[in-house]
Amino acid sequence: MISASDVSAGYDGQMIVHGAGLHVDSGEVLGLIGPNGSGKSTFLKTLYAALRPRAGLVTVDGQPIGELRGTALARRVAVVAQESPGDLPVTVAETVLLGRSPHRGALASFTVEDHRTAASALRMLEVRHLADRSYATLSGGEKQRVLMARALAQQADHLLLDEPTNHLDIRYQHELLDLVGRLGLTTVVVLHDLNLAARYCTKLVLLSEGRIVAAGTPVEVLKPELLNEVYGITVEQVYTDGCLQLLFSMPSEQLGVGTLDLEH
Amino acid sequence: MWWVLGLGMMLAVTMLLAVGLGPVAVPLDTVLRIFSGQVSGESQAATWSTSEESIVMLLRTPRVLLGAAVGAGLALCGVALQALTRNILAEPYLLGVTSGASAVSASVILFGAGAGIGSVSLASGAFLGALGAGIAVFLLARVGSQMTSVRLVLAGVSVGYVLNALTSLLIFASDDPNAGRSVLFWTLGSLTQATGTSALTTWAAVVLALVMLLYRARPLDALASGDATAQTLGISPTKLRAAVMIVTALCVGALVAASGGIGFVGLIVPHIARLCVGATHRTLLPVAALLGAIFLVWADVLARVLVAPQELPLGIVTALLGAPLLFVLVRRLNSNS
Repeated sequence: MISASDVSAGYDGQMIVHGAGLHVDSGEVLGLIGPNGSGKSTFLKTLYAALRPRAGLVTVDGQPIGELRGTALARRVAVVAQESPGDLPVTVAETVLLGRSPHRGALASFTVEDHRTAASALRMLEVRHLADRSYATLSGGEKQRVLMARALAQQADHLLLDEPTNHLDIRYQHELLDLVGRLGLTTVVVLHDLNLAARYCTKLVLLSEGRIVAAGTPVEVLKPELLNEVYGITVEQVYTDGCLQLLFSMPSEQLGVGTLDLEH
Repeated sequence: MWWVLGLGMMLAVTMLLAVGLGPVAVPLDTVLRIFSGQVSGESQAATWSTSEESIVMLLRTPRVLLGAAVGAGLALCGVALQALTRNILAEPYLLGVTSGASAVSASVILFGAGAGIGSVSLASGAFLGALGAGIAVFLLARVGSQMTSVRLVLAGVSVGYVLNALTSLLIFASDDPNAGRSVLFWTLGSLTQATGTSALTTWAAVVLALVMLLYRARPLDALASGDATAQTLGISPTKLRAAVMIVTALCVGALVAASGGIGFVGLIVPHIARLCVGATHRTLLPVAALLGAIFLVWADVLARVLVAPQELPLGIVTALLGAPLLFVLVRRLNSNS
């Protein structure tokens, strides 16, 4: 269970999230949605203590996150963040094994069990064959799946994902989110694709300009008039096989607004 | 583990051979007999000359010991700083410590600050200069409570430039026509000042650094993958950077004080070690240290035999040996990506 109440956070004196809150029960998948720059990633960072909120409280299973720093937190909360990898040659196997480090002391070796856990995480994400490749040489989608495997190797019961479907082709996007649903972990996932959010999340929280404008089930949150107000785009709801799907179109007055002349 | 054992034995053989090599060659069996004579305290059966004994015991042994310590230390600090900055071009002198040591030692050599206390004041001045520069880089790189790798690199480069300019200014302002030459010898590095004491203190600093870095081996793995990765695995990147920076600044300070700024070892050896055993720091750190020690001992052998009885500054030899290796690495890097 993860709870956040009245969280305000930002960088260098600039506030990005204002009084936001959410509650995810055990085993639920909560989707965090909103336009670019609405504060989704910033809000997510406060949920794994990468960013200390200026105000408000975040708890994991009822315990304030501030009391759970370091590896104790990493054993309970696994994260796939948006990463800017360096250029040191680390292999895929080494990258995934790192997920086991919160479970081992500073000088202890990884056990056979650690290697087994890492290998099964690689299999779950269908990247076992890449184990000996250098992480830097992978495609964007492969990297994303390897980072997901590392988070699973952490064996935490909470999972935080920042745009995990980035760089994935359409099949892997569905496979990954389907897997997330089947894992049964308490999950918060930042998503851009509203149709994926509608399909795979049990709850949604919609952020706009750092504030929460709607929270509830996908049907409650993904209302055409609300999305039109937040994203400035026309939305139509359709149901296929009982699933909510959204169709988007630009309002005619929005078309042709951007200038094509690069010199001015 | 096999790498560590194998390289350890290779280092032992290297050091034994290196003690015998120089402008005056001492055969290996004589070296061994001198050593065993020293250990057992028996000298009646001496089959070697006193000059051979003093070359081995007073000149070469401290020098080889110091060379191995400096090589190991530079490689260790290179590995640590490349992980901290996630930059394959990072090296121990990135923190500006060599420039700090050179600037202070230049002022000691040229203007006799602290003159009369001799080499002790030169070494401790260099150590203080190195530490001062390290602290300046640390303070510059730290904004608020954050210290990113880009800030660290930029702060190191800018402090290095300022201190190098200061060193050049000191040489320029000096009346001594040999000033440039004596300072150059320092900035290029040399093991000629080696004594038993300097070898032992340098070894102590290097072993301490190795232990402290090994203790942080796994956090370094995480940091090498990215700040976000480190954070999600329960490691504070800023705290880790600060801790590792203090360890490396102290270690490099001790190395520079003993031998000047020997270039290339800290840049090239970590890459070779990564090719051998991969990027996991638990094995990378000891393997890089052993490779660095072997590399520098042999480089120093070349420095003293190539133009004997003259000696080349060690930094020139390491650069001439290291640059071709770097070219090979550059080619490999291109073909991989």
